[in-house]
Amino acid sequence: MSEACTYTADEMMTVMASRLLIDGQVCFVGIGLPSAAANLAVRLHAPALHLIYESGTIDTRPRVLPLSIGDGDLAETATAIVSLPEVFAYWLQAGRVDVGFLGAAQVDRFGNLNSTVIGPYDRPTTRLPGGGGAPDIALHAKQVLVVLKQSPRSFVARLDFRSSPGFLGGSGERARLRVGGLGPAALVSDYGVFKPSVDTQELELVARYPGVEVESIVNATGWPLRVAAHVEVVSAPTVEELQVLRDLQQLTREAHSRPIRLPI
Amino acid sequence: MITTLSAMIASHVRDGDCVALEGFTHLIPFAAGHELIRQRRRDLHLVRLTPDVIYDQLIGAGTARALTFAWGGNPGVGSAHRLRDAIEHAWPQALSWVEHSHAGLAAAYTAGASGLPFGVLRGYLGTDLRAANLSIAEVVCPYTGERLATVPALRPEVTILHAQQADQAGNVLIRGIIGAQKEAGLAAHKLLVTVEEIVERLDAPMNSVVLPHWSVTAIACVPAGAWPSYATGYYARDNAFYVTWDEISRDRQRFVAFVDRYIHGTTDHAQMIGLLRADGLLP
Repeated sequence: MSEACTYTADEMMTVMASRLLIDGQVCFVGIGLPSAAANLAVRLHAPALHLIYESGTIDTRPRVLPLSIGDGDLAETATAIVSLPEVFAYWLQAGRVDVGFLGAAQVDRFGNLNSTVIGPYDRPTTRLPGGGGAPDIALHAKQVLVVLKQSPRSFVARLDFRSSPGFLGGSGERARLRVGGLGPAALVSDYGVFKPSVDTQELELVARYPGVEVESIVNATGWPLRVAAHVEVVSAPTVEELQVLRDLQQLTREAHSRPIRLPI
Repeated sequence: MITTLSAMIASHVRDGDCVALEGFTHLIPFAAGHELIRQRRRDLHLVRLTPDVIYDQLIGAGTARALTFAWGGNPGVGSAHRLRDAIEHAWPQALSWVEHSHAGLAAAYTAGASGLPFGVLRGYLGTDLRAANLSIAEVVCPYTGERLATVPALRPEVTILHAQQADQAGNVLIRGIIGAQKEAGLAAHKLLVTVEEIVERLDAPMNSVVLPHWSVTAIACVPAGAWPSYATGYYARDNAFYVTWDEISRDRQRFVAFVDRYIHGTTDHAQMIGLLRADGLLP
């Protein structure tokens, strides 16, 4: 077996998430794993993906993975740069975004997300950064993809705080919000892929990665996991997928460690 | 109206003021924030979409009693450790906070800039933010009957921005990622701006973001005034320092030593940059 065929769970997760993006879609990208997956998709099967970051950079083509949501590279390679009130009102709220791509600290069985606190809101044991734009993206993007590393601490029976709505309590409750966004289309972890079931909208395991057993996925989930009648085994990352991802990460490391030059 | 940074802060920012330092990742007025620390402002109500490292520093240094925000971390790196310490352990003092989503806070600035009492958006639905922030309310649309979220207008006493250029008259040009700088600037009672340089003529492309001099209270020329954030056309974001900040800010003593040496131990931004270079924290 060639070396490129061994891969990490993180690489599998990023590759899997990238495969879910369809060429030509308008994608509102969160920083971190979502950004890595979206930029991988652009370099593989989705060269016409329209990337929007909440810094107001529209149709951007970053040369490396941005560290922040507003790195200069995003601005320099964007078709348009609009203000933050505009990107949220005219572009997101008005329904011009096909896919919102989000991470979080916790997810529950209905795809609701917590990125705000662990523990009580007023006296948290861990204060997380907060929702930022995610509550808005989760409402208004026509569909949402969530990518999150899985453990019983991140896949929880009950969120400490609901920062961004998924299907709320399920069984059609989200429809009562009367927003354009239909909610999470898929949740991608480092174990497999979960999709909402048709009836209750509870996330169920629909695909697993090679070598990952269903039992271990159930054990890494903090609620009694629904498992689809047929769980597909995802194909391992291809040599090309891994190469492009690793090259991108290498370029990113180099770019972010390059010393800056100040004008004084 | 063109003055020094220290005179600008001394004249226009009072203890207890509501102050917004805006700039969405780009053009964050770090030097002005450091000057607030240097002049030992207290009890500020800080407002910002994304409390970045600058608010981590301001909060850790004890300048703030309250924070209004939507996302408080070290972008791309992780936690804002000083912000966390203030919320989780009231160190160095208790901090109250008002939390929004980005769209909500953007609407609050836009309302402030427009002279309206509140901003309106289709937002906060299905989230716990609504219960956590009692200032979020609802209005029924008189045309469609739809229930929409409202946020009270933000009118900071002072907004501070960093921009690329001002001309001699004090007109200010902002290029690149513009965030909600214009809205935050025009929402405030006083607008203070630091710039990379003062030029003869702005030569602003049509439709660029230009703040006419009569909308600006005071300007100070502070080259590299956004470091470790950046200024398009002048210097890049110092991503390496943002990573280093994670280590410095994890530990209270290390943080205090940083503030003492580089902020209280220097008289201005240029001297601080020089000291950081001498210590190998800057190339």
